[in-house]
Amino acid sequence: MTEEIIIAGFGGQGVLSMGKILAYSGVMGDKEVSWMPSYGPEMRGGTANVTVIISDERISSPILSAYDTAIILNQQSMDKFESSVKPGGILIYDPNGITRHPSRRDINIYSIEAADEAASMGLTKVFNMVVLGGFLQIKPVVQPEYIHKGLMKSLPVRHHGMIPENEKAIEKGKEIIKPVFLLN
Amino acid sequence: MDTVIKKEDIRKPENLVYKKTPLLTDKVMSYCPGCGHGTAHRVVMEVLEEMGLQDKTIGIAPVGCSVLAYEFMNIDMQQAAHGRAPAVATAVKRLFPEKFVFTYQGDGDLAAIGTAETIHACNRGENIVIIFINNGIYGMTGGQMAPTTLPNMKSSTSPYGRDVATMGNPLRITELVAQLPGTLYVTRQAVHTPVAVRKAKKAVRKAFENQKLNKGLSFVEIVSNCNSGWKMTPNVANQWMVDNMFPYYPLGDIKVNED
Amino acid sequence: MKELRLMKGNEAFAEAAIRAGADGYFGYPITPQSEVMEYLMAEKTHERTGMIVLQAESEVAAINMVYGGASCGKRVLTSSSSPGMSLKQEGISYIAGAELPCVIMNAVRGGPGLGTIQPAQSDYFQSTKGGGHGDYRLIVLAPSSVQEMADFAPLAFDLAFKYRNPVLVLSDGAIGQMMEKVELQEQRPRLTEEEIIKNTPWATTGKTANRERNIITSLNLDSHVQEEHNIHLQKKYRLIEENETRFETFQTEDADYLLIAYGTSARLSQKAVDIARAKGIKLGLLRPITLFPFPTKPIAELANQVTGILSVEMSAGQMVEDVRLAVNGKVKVEHFGRMGGVIPSPQEIVEALESKIIGG
Repeated sequence: MTEEIIIAGFGGQGVLSMGKILAYSGVMGDKEVSWMPSYGPEMRGGTANVTVIISDERISSPILSAYDTAIILNQQSMDKFESSVKPGGILIYDPNGITRHPSRRDINIYSIEAADEAASMGLTKVFNMVVLGGFLQIKPVVQPEYIHKGLMKSLPVRHHGMIPENEKAIEKGKEIIKPVFLLN
Repeated sequence: MDTVIKKEDIRKPENLVYKKTPLLTDKVMSYCPGCGHGTAHRVVMEVLEEMGLQDKTIGIAPVGCSVLAYEFMNIDMQQAAHGRAPAVATAVKRLFPEKFVFTYQGDGDLAAIGTAETIHACNRGENIVIIFINNGIYGMTGGQMAPTTLPNMKSSTSPYGRDVATMGNPLRITELVAQLPGTLYVTRQAVHTPVAVRKAKKAVRKAFENQKLNKGLSFVEIVSNCNSGWKMTPNVANQWMVDNMFPYYPLGDIKVNED
Repeated sequence: MKELRLMKGNEAFAEAAIRAGADGYFGYPITPQSEVMEYLMAEKTHERTGMIVLQAESEVAAINMVYGGASCGKRVLTSSSSPGMSLKQEGISYIAGAELPCVIMNAVRGGPGLGTIQPAQSDYFQSTKGGGHGDYRLIVLAPSSVQEMADFAPLAFDLAFKYRNPVLVLSDGAIGQMMEKVELQEQRPRLTEEEIIKNTPWATTGKTANRERNIITSLNLDSHVQEEHNIHLQKKYRLIEENETRFETFQTEDADYLLIAYGTSARLSQKAVDIARAKGIKLGLLRPITLFPFPTKPIAELANQVTGILSVEMSAGQMVEDVRLAVNGKVKVEHFGRMGGVIPSPQEIVEALESKIIGG
């Protein structure tokens, strides 16, 4: 099993930390992982993306041009990465703020109203965990027990009190993700 | 007269009035006759001998006339890149806090190419001693203009005299570092007369004593001559120094800590 | 059991340096490697192991602090990125001349000038051919994973002290910024002063009555003495070439074509090998782990087997010159790379192989 994922959105949406939790969960599940961010002057509000690879085998390139799954959280990222999904792959997006919806018909497309859901939970900070839950519903690449361990490892100890909320958000994400277009 | 000592008896221990400190090697110094470096070396090494610090001291030599200081000083020494001695000394002292660490630098090394290292070591309050020999010229490379060359003073790169309008002003870096909170003791001395030597030695001693306090950097400037670079005989150079250097670089303590 | 963590390459290097028993780190912030000093400061190394971490006023000061610390027989290191490495070259030349052991890490970014902050491999010449003035070499280790960033910190110290020579860990922005699983080695104790005096009797530790004074210098006014010193250095470099050449091969046993790549490019090239093999092209990869000493012999041997070699580098083609020297005209050698911080895709590498080597 090798899962090559790009997560892309605004800085401040928790794109990098979502990738980190996913990667750390992979480590806990004894998988090989890599987490490669776009780094640089992309500050809060700018675009940010991270490539996460989870595999049973040694990972060759941490940098890719085609992905099994693209998780897209703003319009710039949709413009940039829709075409990078491998044929037959998966695109997950939050329609909030999206003006041009994905148009490909050779991939599976899901939407998740994560921003609205996080807001209605009164916890906008767990937005990224709602998205993560949605992804794990479609692609259970790591087991829930390892997600818990991944949260423990990647969140600073002072934020460990927030782990139940994060896990609740992940569960919520699993419930609310819905297909937009599916290949047969 | 009975009291006259015969020539062959002069070297007998009971007749000695001065003895070279064992902290200076037997190597003949490469400095020009009349140069202040030899005396300044002696002052520093005598202080270290008197304080019993030979086995605890690490000295940093600069680039300039005193680049070979390690040939004459009988202690462990490092030779630093041009101007970098305060950075080198910083690491030595941080990594060996129990050792006594000093740099010995000329004006080009300390106040031109190494200004950043000087200012920042002083400002961090590194617990080291800086011995700064200011003779207003680049001696080793053949008498070029230094940051401390006086206005209208001739050098090989200011052959018509230092024109401050185009060549800048002489830098009183000692007054400058005295402003920094990291310096504990800042003084300006000379070594051209026995009285001056005694005062300079007292200042150097205080600077090294300060290192036991862990309270900041001690900075001892020694205004010196460069008879070769100034193109004067040693006596004339010393008088020129008194008449011209001292008014611009007045001797005395600039910042003093209580013992 | 060894400890498993998910870390950035820069962080893994910093943590591994602490565990290697480092005595001091001296650095100046520059992207993309500032995490090294940030991590060390956050770790409160002075409490953890007694390691000193100091933010210097410049890269120039930082490398000279390394000079001072190394002269004392201490395990000291610095890190920087390309523009900062240019500033350090004076100090590195002095360190090489005075034969001081130290570790330097360069997270290479695109140049020349201020360039970009994105990953590149355009400092190969600077790293492997000297960098500063005079005839000298660094031992250059090229990690291609976060694990190697961690493994090479203690290895670099070991090699530095074995040969009294600076060791450069030549990383890049991608290796430094990416996170991977990393297994950390156990904490090595820092050396005591007694151990330093015993292991490095040349170090300036204070002249005691039982020995002559120790002097650290790179100055020899007598040109014949300086030449003797240079001959000694060259002998040392030849010894390093004999003993320390490190490389790794990947699917070369039956290869018709060969990629040669280090660091990030090696990771991309490994994927390119998979893509090419899926297309029926028998492609292999040789990854130099040491860039000095360069794996000249294994490349020369593979040149007897393959019909063409592509040197893949994120530069205009620097290592390719060493590959050509090794191959010595036996087979075609071409370069492929992107520059200025652009990372080529594995697909592009395969396309370059097809156009420049197979079809070229």
